[in-house]
Amino acid sequence: MAKSALLKSSIAKKYWMAFTGLFLCLFLAGHLAGNLQLLVPNNALNFNKYALFMTTNPAVKILSYVTYLSILFHAVDGFLLTYQNIKARPVGYAKSNPSANSSFSSRNMAVLGTLILVFIVTHMVNFWAKMHFDQNIPLQTITVEVMGQKQELYLMTNDGYMATSQVAKTKEEAAKSGAQVYIKNRTEFYNTQADVKVGEGYKDLYKITVAFFKDPKYGLIATILYVVAMGVLAFHLLHGFQSAFQSIGLNSSTWIPKIKLFGKLFAIIVPILFAIIPVYIHFILK
Amino acid sequence: MSSAKNININLKIWRQKNAKAKGSMETYKLDNVSTASSFLEMLDQLNEQLINDKKEPVAFDHDCREGICGMCSLYINGRAHGPDTGTTTCQLHMRKFNDGDTIFIEPWRSKAFPVVKDLVVDRSAFDRIQQAGGFVSVNTSGRTMDANAIPIPKEDADKSFMAAACIGCGACVATCKNGSAMLFVGAKVSQYALLPQGKVEATQRVLNMVRQMDEEGFGNCTNTGACEVECPKGISLENIARMNREYLKASLK
Amino acid sequence: MKLDSKIPEGHISKKWTDYKDHLKLVAPNNRPKIDIIVVGTGLAGASAAASLGEMGYNVKAFCYQDSPRRAHSIAAQGGINAAKNYQNDGDSIYRLFYDTIKGGDYRAREANVHRLAEVSGNIIDQCVAQGVPFAREYGGLLDNRSFGGTQVQRTFYAAGQTGQQLLLGAYSALSRQIGLGRVKMFNRHEMLDLVKVDGKARGIIARNLVTGELERHSAHAVVIATGGYGNVYFLSTNAMGSNVTAGWKIHKKGALFANPCFVQIHPTCIPVHGVNQSKLTLMSESLRNSGRIWVPKKKEDAEAIREGKLKPTQLAEEDRDYFLERRYPAFGNLVPRDVASRAAKERCDAGHGIEANDTNEGVYLDFSTEIQNKGRQAAYAKGNHNPSAAEVTKLGKQWLEEKYGNLFTMYQKITDENPYETPMKIYPAVHYTMGGVWVDYNLQSTIPGCFVAGEANFSDHGANRLGASALMQGLADGYFVLPYTVSNYLADEIRTGKISTESQEFIDAENNVKNTIDKFLNNNGTKSVDHFHKRLGLIMWNKVGMARNEQGLKQAIEEIAALKEEFYKDVRVPGSSDELNPELEKALRVADFIDLGQLMAMDALQRNESCGGHFREEYQDSEGETLRDDENFSFVSAWEYMGYDISKEILNKEELKYEFIKIAARNYK
Repeated sequence: MAKSALLKSSIAKKYWMAFTGLFLCLFLAGHLAGNLQLLVPNNALNFNKYALFMTTNPAVKILSYVTYLSILFHAVDGFLLTYQNIKARPVGYAKSNPSANSSFSSRNMAVLGTLILVFIVTHMVNFWAKMHFDQNIPLQTITVEVMGQKQELYLMTNDGYMATSQVAKTKEEAAKSGAQVYIKNRTEFYNTQADVKVGEGYKDLYKITVAFFKDPKYGLIATILYVVAMGVLAFHLLHGFQSAFQSIGLNSSTWIPKIKLFGKLFAIIVPILFAIIPVYIHFILK
Repeated sequence: MSSAKNININLKIWRQKNAKAKGSMETYKLDNVSTASSFLEMLDQLNEQLINDKKEPVAFDHDCREGICGMCSLYINGRAHGPDTGTTTCQLHMRKFNDGDTIFIEPWRSKAFPVVKDLVVDRSAFDRIQQAGGFVSVNTSGRTMDANAIPIPKEDADKSFMAAACIGCGACVATCKNGSAMLFVGAKVSQYALLPQGKVEATQRVLNMVRQMDEEGFGNCTNTGACEVECPKGISLENIARMNREYLKASLK
Repeated sequence: MKLDSKIPEGHISKKWTDYKDHLKLVAPNNRPKIDIIVVGTGLAGASAAASLGEMGYNVKAFCYQDSPRRAHSIAAQGGINAAKNYQNDGDSIYRLFYDTIKGGDYRAREANVHRLAEVSGNIIDQCVAQGVPFAREYGGLLDNRSFGGTQVQRTFYAAGQTGQQLLLGAYSALSRQIGLGRVKMFNRHEMLDLVKVDGKARGIIARNLVTGELERHSAHAVVIATGGYGNVYFLSTNAMGSNVTAGWKIHKKGALFANPCFVQIHPTCIPVHGVNQSKLTLMSESLRNSGRIWVPKKKEDAEAIREGKLKPTQLAEEDRDYFLERRYPAFGNLVPRDVASRAAKERCDAGHGIEANDTNEGVYLDFSTEIQNKGRQAAYAKGNHNPSAAEVTKLGKQWLEEKYGNLFTMYQKITDENPYETPMKIYPAVHYTMGGVWVDYNLQSTIPGCFVAGEANFSDHGANRLGASALMQGLADGYFVLPYTVSNYLADEIRTGKISTESQEFIDAENNVKNTIDKFLNNNGTKSVDHFHKRLGLIMWNKVGMARNEQGLKQAIEEIAALKEEFYKDVRVPGSSDELNPELEKALRVADFIDLGQLMAMDALQRNESCGGHFREEYQDSEGETLRDDENFSFVSAWEYMGYDISKEILNKEELKYEFIKIAARNYK
């Protein structure tokens, strides 16, 4: 009884929404902390280092899988809830005045959530997928002046450098051009003759990000949509944060005002900080 | 009461012959309604007019007309029990309306509360939830212990009372955008959970009542808080949280 | 008819215990073979159904509402009495017994009342065990307050919603039995006739109010717990659906109807606002603990107030007549209900009424003195021994709000006036009916197998009920009396077997009901049911109300008889019989109210004395107090139905013997 109830009952669904939702709030905070590095001038390397850490550290990996699962659960559970809730009122009211008794966000969590899901998918296509699967992902380079000549160098994870002119994109290309090094597995530098790994580059997520929001054709639209999405997130959080505490049964007259206040601040500050980044990149960053 | 005056109003009322028939909103004009009348007295007046015109009067539920039996319902101008807060329809007075107003009157809308006729709905789902566990399993012999044998902190007793003040009218379900009954069930679970007498069966009670609630086809709570605002007895959302807590405890046992 | 009250022998304090010990029992294995019908699910009905179901009988329970939880017991505000003596103020079973007999103006049965007082403590134990959240003190123990007509604090309460909490307690016990399958519940069903087979109650005809279907239900015993008949007056504090139909139907089948003229008019209700008023709202008697009742001393002032030229708060202290404190210094504003009501009527009749309606009927219930007193106390309690006037007022209002907040809010919603600032307007209204179906000590009517409990019977309150005693009686009957006495009756029924609903008696009864319904629906009259009900109410209020006299009663009897003829000829009942038809329901109920109204007038006419709620203008002393006639009227009047013409009913008398209480004049001065 008890076990199946924890999966199927209406209250259990609330728990799942609450726990996954709260975990995603934690994720948001972490994600934000990482993203804010984009606002620091000349910080591309650190940002990319951070990105590398986030994609390779085993602990972080586990966390990220939990995040994916949470998103999935949160969304599926949300859809189920919404479907059942619509079914619970087959005939609607001719006249209804819900604004008299509840907030906009609380009544529109499903719509807001769906929009956020759409955003997450596009966001992942734009960044996460590139990071993970793009065969031609740019690697971090720096430009140095050597004897009055500008030279572009790859930065390597072992803190070494490698001139870009010496590196071919593929083995075949290297064979043709006679380059000493070619790139294998998206990030690894291989010696063409010996065919041994000589180092590894940083995926240049910074570059991807900046390019995305500075794109002459779509950059402005992307920035606007991103800001709008953060607005949607704010409304979702405005209800969702404190609602989660109610769902797991934390509601006492001493704690709930504090939780509500924190929830409000979280719901406003986090999305604003997220939104500042593309605006900064698009309009301010040179 | 000396400030009472008469107003003329238009009514848009849901008419439905029986549970199977298709219903529709019908329009009526009613003149000379005293603002000192209660909302249901206004409907009495309408019915008197309809009977005199040899038409079918409007069926609506009502009984005590003093805000305690929970029999009256009605979704008035888009709100359960009308525009006044902390009030049942029977205690809503016409002074809340103005001359020339159009008033929408609809039955509670919920899958678990099917329409019986016009504005009358079937709320027996609430009874079945209560039957599933809303009690203390004590025999009615009177041979229990003395009433003062277990002191109960005043604060707990008061909280329990405030939960028990629920009149089972169903406004929470009607007003919830999800048609959820959690305020009703939460209040019942809380009443007992707060008292030592109720704690003995707390685990089974919350599991059984929630199971029955789900079987009845009520929607899920999304914490919009609309129920708390529209509840004529001001039952607090805290009760839903307490039920959630109790359920979690019970599920993990 | 010879009336046998079956009061057991022995000393009053031993009667019930000894009697119980010798009642016949039904063995557990036989109980499932026996069916019991309980009509009504208020305190008495719900507790009886729950108890009988728990014992193992097959119980069928009926209520006209959509849920048993809505029965009108739920509206009781003030509290429930019990002789617990938790407050150490000298209370005892005997004192509760004595207060109740005296409060009832020596027209109640000693043995029944003593039994009530005996089980009163158990009721509280039972309710607490069931999770009824009574008010408590900071030490965690139960709180008490005092009520009209007593000098001890024995009233247990749950804010202003005691009836609700007790009913929900009984409802939870009933729900438990329904869930266990031992009670089958029929919501939205109304009993429309009793079926008798070989002289015994064997079942009922009930109408499913949703489908209109007439159903036959058989049983080995039938319990009627359908409440009082205050709605004879149209305007009362009863619920709109409260009716006497079940009681009247059994009366027509041979149960005697006792003391119909004993009606309680509650002193503190909100006055009538106009012709469309559908019911009256009670302001709990507990308010009389804190409020002072007054009218203007001068008629001119009263008139100026009615015309809106003067505000009550502007009237100087010496221009106010605190008439209860003046007439009854010992009990003051806490005299019993009948006394308080009559005093208010006397003042209004003399031209001092303050309500601006057709009748000017209204007096003030003023909290300003209490605000000052409690405000000062609260200030002192906070260590402020020299509070400002504003501070005192503020603290006093806070105290009031804590104590009576819900009542004050309700008053404000209904009247649009703020009782913290201006005195409440109140006036007496019909509230409770002490009369009812005659029952013996077993709560059995004169029809074998037909038991009557709660307000529907007549037995415990005599000519006037004390506050907080109705809840006590309902639960006592249901939890602690019927389970014993019904079993005693059923002990002889274990061989009867299932009772068929195909017998001629069931067929006849059903056809009877069907014919009545068809007649109403095909009547094609011109006036609504409410039209007749309101007219009946006016006759009753004016001539069989708070003050009665021979001439008025005679007129009332004739007027009601004429109204009856007109009703059957000219009532219009729309709709059909096979659907939810509230107008039809009302028509069937009003038909019975009309009959009963006439009987009430007849009963009041024969009772040539004033006692309790029954006040005959001819029988009062020079100060307007009641003059009881114990020599000639120390009896229960029990009326026997003799057919369509109510004036033909026969009066039977059950002598009241007071063995343990010395009869005295009721004095609250």
